[in-house]
Amino acid sequence: MGCGMGKSELQAALLIQRWYRQYVARLEMRRRCTWNIFQSIEYAGEQDQIKLYNFFGFLMDHFTPARNLISHIFRENEICRDIEWERYFCYKSIEVPESYTGPHLTFPMTFCGVSKLMEAFKHKQQLHARYVLQILGETWRLLRILPNINYVSVCHNQEITICGDLHGHLEDLLLIFYKNGLPSSEKPYVFNGDFVDRGKNSLEILLILFGFLLVYPNDVHLNRGNHEDHIVNLRYGFTKEILGKYRVHGKKILKLLQKIFSWLPLATVIDHKVLIVHGGISDMTDLNVIERVDRHRVREACWLGLITILSNVRILTSYDWFDGLVNSTDISIQIVDLLWSDPMPQNGCIPNEVRGGGCYWGPDVTEEVLERHNLQLLIRSHECKQDGYEFCHNRRVLTIFSASNYYEVGSNRGAYIRMGPDLVPHFIQYQASRTCRELTLTQSVGWTERSALRALREQLFVHKSDLISAFQEFDPNNTGMISLRHWASATETVLNLGLPWRMLRPQLVNSTKYGMVDYQQWIRELSITEPKLEISDTSILETMYKNHSNLETIFRIIDTDHSGSISFEEFRQTWKLLSSHLQTEISDEAIADLAQSIDFNKDGSIDINEFMEAFRLVDLSDVYFYLCSKFRPLVTLLHEGT
Amino acid sequence: MAESNNQSAETKLSDVHKRIKAAFETFDNAANNTVDVREIGTIIYSLGCFPSQADLHDFIAEVEEDHSGYIHLDRFLPAMTKVLLEHKFPPIPKDLLLQAFEVLDKDNKGYLEPEELTKYMTQEGEPFTQEEMEEMLTGLADHERNVIYYKDVINQLAIDPDM
Repeated sequence: MGCGMGKSELQAALLIQRWYRQYVARLEMRRRCTWNIFQSIEYAGEQDQIKLYNFFGFLMDHFTPARNLISHIFRENEICRDIEWERYFCYKSIEVPESYTGPHLTFPMTFCGVSKLMEAFKHKQQLHARYVLQILGETWRLLRILPNINYVSVCHNQEITICGDLHGHLEDLLLIFYKNGLPSSEKPYVFNGDFVDRGKNSLEILLILFGFLLVYPNDVHLNRGNHEDHIVNLRYGFTKEILGKYRVHGKKILKLLQKIFSWLPLATVIDHKVLIVHGGISDMTDLNVIERVDRHRVREACWLGLITILSNVRILTSYDWFDGLVNSTDISIQIVDLLWSDPMPQNGCIPNEVRGGGCYWGPDVTEEVLERHNLQLLIRSHECKQDGYEFCHNRRVLTIFSASNYYEVGSNRGAYIRMGPDLVPHFIQYQASRTCRELTLTQSVGWTERSALRALREQLFVHKSDLISAFQEFDPNNTGMISLRHWASATETVLNLGLPWRMLRPQLVNSTKYGMVDYQQWIRELSITEPKLEISDTSILETMYKNHSNLETIFRIIDTDHSGSISFEEFRQTWKLLSSHLQTEISDEAIADLAQSIDFNKDGSIDINEFMEAFRLVDLSDVYFYLCSKFRPLVTLLHEGT
Repeated sequence: MAESNNQSAETKLSDVHKRIKAAFETFDNAANNTVDVREIGTIIYSLGCFPSQADLHDFIAEVEEDHSGYIHLDRFLPAMTKVLLEHKFPPIPKDLLLQAFEVLDKDNKGYLEPEELTKYMTQEGEPFTQEEMEEMLTGLADHERNVIYYKDVINQLAIDPDM
């Protein structure tokens, strides 16, 4: 019983509870019905249309809520001012409880903040609703000032990375970042829509992408996809994901996302030559028109598709709202085309009935539209491709798709594009594999070290003859021996990897006498110990660790006693050393902070796995390449210091 | 006379069956005529019934297959039919509901403070979880004043289950 409450209060409470629970259940039923409706819609074909008709008919007959439900789906959005919405979406009243173990964010968003977020998501943590709303709020504010079309140029010596559909596959996004490096001013990215639905980490992907957008607004470009649409989300999983993860604030989050989606830019153009858009084009596509449109007011593209199908279902024609919806402007249709269309081999332009929106466009339309806009290439996504990418229309249209194993494990590879100022696309393919991922996470020191060394030795072996020539230059008397200093210098000259070879020497060279290397012997040993290349398929392990060798090298540099872990003190000393040569001041606090943030299990030391993880997060291009580019002076200085 | 009565009874029965099946199917994800037991409450509510939690527990005990966590249509249909035909968990009349709120609104303010409602909903009767409570407050509280104008809420929720 409660605190001394009377019988009448008890009865009253019981009654109200019963009443309210019924109300909530009716809502849930609605949600489920909506779900089922769109599930039915997905499949074209006469049989399904009849099924849909029957289902609708039955609903109308037997569920009075259904009538309201249907009219609710198609009702015009309430016209509220942004200020009122801002108040509604305000995160400030949401408290983060003491018990919350997920990441805490501070604003303005920083690179470290996004890294923290990625780390948390890798460990399957969930971001608190307060922070979610905060990030989304900032994103919304930013998106509102972006134009419909992003015009981007690729700087000299830079490459831009273009990714396709991700569909909630967090492992693919992390894989791309691992292989390609994190977004930054030196590493611009275009994400071509469909970040959500189907996969189970749609929100995590969005938060990461939005995080990077906030940190690097000039270098990260997001295009809207057809799945950035709250009605599509109802059916394809994103709505369910949010409501499942955020039972209390899910609706608010969804509402804010709805706004954000409507404000996502529609296209990106690179150097006025390459058009990137999620779906494609039609014979009506006119970028000048699209530039000027109020993109956030465009009616949900999916509704138009739904209407197409429902228009065959006569029971709906009696509703007033139906006519209102059909009277869409040409501009709305143009935008729907951008997000929903697919290329076809034949000439022409016909409505895309399978999708229920957009069109199928032919090579003649490609030529005409590209020429009219003085463009040379159209990059789009929207369709899953076996190899992650595919050309069509005389290589004037390129489909890029970044969600590997989209249909099921092993179904397809994902890919992304790297493109320099020459605007020639280069493809990197991959396939995320669950087993492999588990392996990497629990990688033992021995394994990493072995594979890293293997990779390095492979490199050395490949450059055998060049190395010998370089060594011989330091050995004019043909003694067969050179000093360590010369060995390091020659190796660097040949391999050009920017590695501190002197430090690596103990791992690579066994035969040294009195500070001299018997280089002929060493080369011979290389040949003997050169491991057989493991024959594996496109197994992620092999690829990852081949590329990983240099990273592991840095770790070993720091792990001077080869314990497999480094203490804070070792870490601190090494960084201090580096910083004094890198011409940048890294304060003790900064080093301590860095060390602590990498020490995930908080045991006061950093083991190799943690370090690897840290480097995966702390952008390779920001830290590693930076360090490597500075290693040359470091190497030189060390040589001089001997 | 008797015949037409029988016919209408039959039609009525068949209608009831159809309704029950439609509601059931909505949650039958695997299309194998079973639903998760946790969805049964929603299904029963959506058919216009207002059982208490205790009622639900009793019902589930009757129809669940040995604590498997699933309920088969074979057992649900007859049990639910009985419920509907006998009007076992009738809806709550609006005036009764209003009275209930008025009992809780001791100062006769015409509204309830969130804390007041929370106290009753989470400590009395068949208590709400914290989540349920938060959702209720978010859904029912007036945005500006942050109080629950229960009269309005009753009317609003009766017509259109929209937030």
